[in-house]
Amino acid sequence: MVSIAEPVAKSASRYRFILDQRGVLGSVMVAPAILYVLLLVGLPFLLAVYYSVSAYTIYDPTWRFVGLSNFRQIVNNSVFQETLANTFLFTFGSQFLGLVLGKFGALLLMRPFPGRKIVRALIILPWAVPIALATVAWEWMFDSLYSVINWTLISLGIITRSEAPNWLGNPHLAMLCVIVVNAWRFFPFAVVIFLAGMTSIPQDVIDAATVDGAGFWRRNYQIVLPMILPIVAVGLIFGIVFTFTDLSIVFLLTNGGPVGATSVLGFEGFQVGIVSGDVSHGAAISLFMLPVLFFVVIGMLRFIRRREI
Amino acid sequence: MRRALLNIAGESAFYSAVAAFVVLTAFPFYWMLITSLKSNPDLYNVTNIPFWFNEAPTLEHFQYLFEQTLFARWLLNSLIIGLCVVAITLMAALPAGYSLARMVGRNGEALGIGIFLTYLVPPTLLFLPLSRIVASLGLQNSMWSLVLVYPTFTIPFCTWLLMGFFKTMPVEIEEAAIVDGCSLFGAFVKMVLPLSLPAILTAVIFTFTLTLQEFVYALTFISASAQKPVTLGVATDLVRGDIFFWGEIMAGALIASIPVAIAYNLFLDRFISGITGGAVK
Repeated sequence: MVSIAEPVAKSASRYRFILDQRGVLGSVMVAPAILYVLLLVGLPFLLAVYYSVSAYTIYDPTWRFVGLSNFRQIVNNSVFQETLANTFLFTFGSQFLGLVLGKFGALLLMRPFPGRKIVRALIILPWAVPIALATVAWEWMFDSLYSVINWTLISLGIITRSEAPNWLGNPHLAMLCVIVVNAWRFFPFAVVIFLAGMTSIPQDVIDAATVDGAGFWRRNYQIVLPMILPIVAVGLIFGIVFTFTDLSIVFLLTNGGPVGATSVLGFEGFQVGIVSGDVSHGAAISLFMLPVLFFVVIGMLRFIRRREI
Repeated sequence: MRRALLNIAGESAFYSAVAAFVVLTAFPFYWMLITSLKSNPDLYNVTNIPFWFNEAPTLEHFQYLFEQTLFARWLLNSLIIGLCVVAITLMAALPAGYSLARMVGRNGEALGIGIFLTYLVPPTLLFLPLSRIVASLGLQNSMWSLVLVYPTFTIPFCTWLLMGFFKTMPVEIEEAAIVDGCSLFGAFVKMVLPLSLPAILTAVIFTFTLTLQEFVYALTFISASAQKPVTLGVATDLVRGDIFFWGEIMAGALIASIPVAIAYNLFLDRFISGITGGAVK
């Protein structure tokens, strides 16, 4: 009687046995995520590389291999050279500004005071809300005629209406604007990162330094800063990656203008590859981000490794 | 006496610095609010004080936004996109995070880092090939293209976030379940998942807000007004030729910003510990 039921139970248990091996079940469970990433990040990435060495456009979809001639043409193009320089200026300008503001903001928020929670919530705002929406608000603040900034400056008697700056119309001011908006968007993230780092330092370390006679600056630069460096590095990596590759602020605020003065890599890739339909040159332009991303990823790996030791 | 005076000076310097920071961060949102409530004659008069109402506040921009534009549709699109992406992300990231934390041994950490690093691959590097893929699937100009593509950054992020969470969970919970006759997978479903609700909720909130914040893919793949998510619609569709509907744009930006801002603030600490991978203890 038992022998009738046994084969069924056995085959079920064999099936279960395979899935009960940690390695097997683990692979099955991690597979969907890896497949998704391979198919929609890995594969497109390889495609982008292939586009950049072919003559592929949406009007002439032949996959003719042309070697590095796309890159050669791009590098020799003065518009692209300006774009590349703009991208670095935009990235490092806004990161520097963001870090300075972030450190200062974190210092303020370290101290308990009534309403600190609300202040923190308000300071997080620029980073939390969708950047496209915040950028249109800035665009309205920089408006050539109705700029609230200009109105304030005029009312304070600093400038007159006739000499009011056209923020987004002047090449230098437009670059300043996109840098400021990007720093504004990222400094709350820096505040949070600095805060997280600073609150993780045990108070007795600070106290010991104070007893040994270290003043405010010395404490800050010889104790606090080295201790929070790893976490600040993570924040900076995120900031650099997302700024270096972003196009939304430039697209919405200045549309790359005036005359290419604020064009950045991501924006240029979009203009050439999508708007003009020249996919291969667009891909080649986008791939200029790769070296920077590469260094950033190495930095990230080194940081993660150090944390494990 | 002098000490007290210095103290007062210090205090007022501190609070003015705090106030300056708050003005710097919050002013654009105040500007959205006040613009969206002002009547057009008030808005476009350069001699008016811009910071306050010179004429009675009005809801006409909000009314116009909901009645004469596709704003309600954009909100709905964003909601649908967000919910679908959340579902896909959870289905992939929950088992993956658990597997990387518990099952695949020493390679798990390396694999987890590998997946997380794809979060750093920017849309501006992938949008060209992806737009070709989207076109060949017949999804161009459809919000379903975003449902397909957004998990490329939400899955890595959530896998990393959940992996960190599962690592902090005591392994005895599953061991006890397995001793009581659960299979490995059964222990995950019956014991681990219910205890992970806070982490799952965090993953849901961040997946949803990440889809709301994305702009590049939406801009690249979608030009039909009725298919746009709310950020793209507000930023690009409320301009007719050279005329910006500033009242409507600001009203739309405000409505779409508020829920994201609240969600972020509520879950901020989890986000930080997720992104820094436990660098802060």
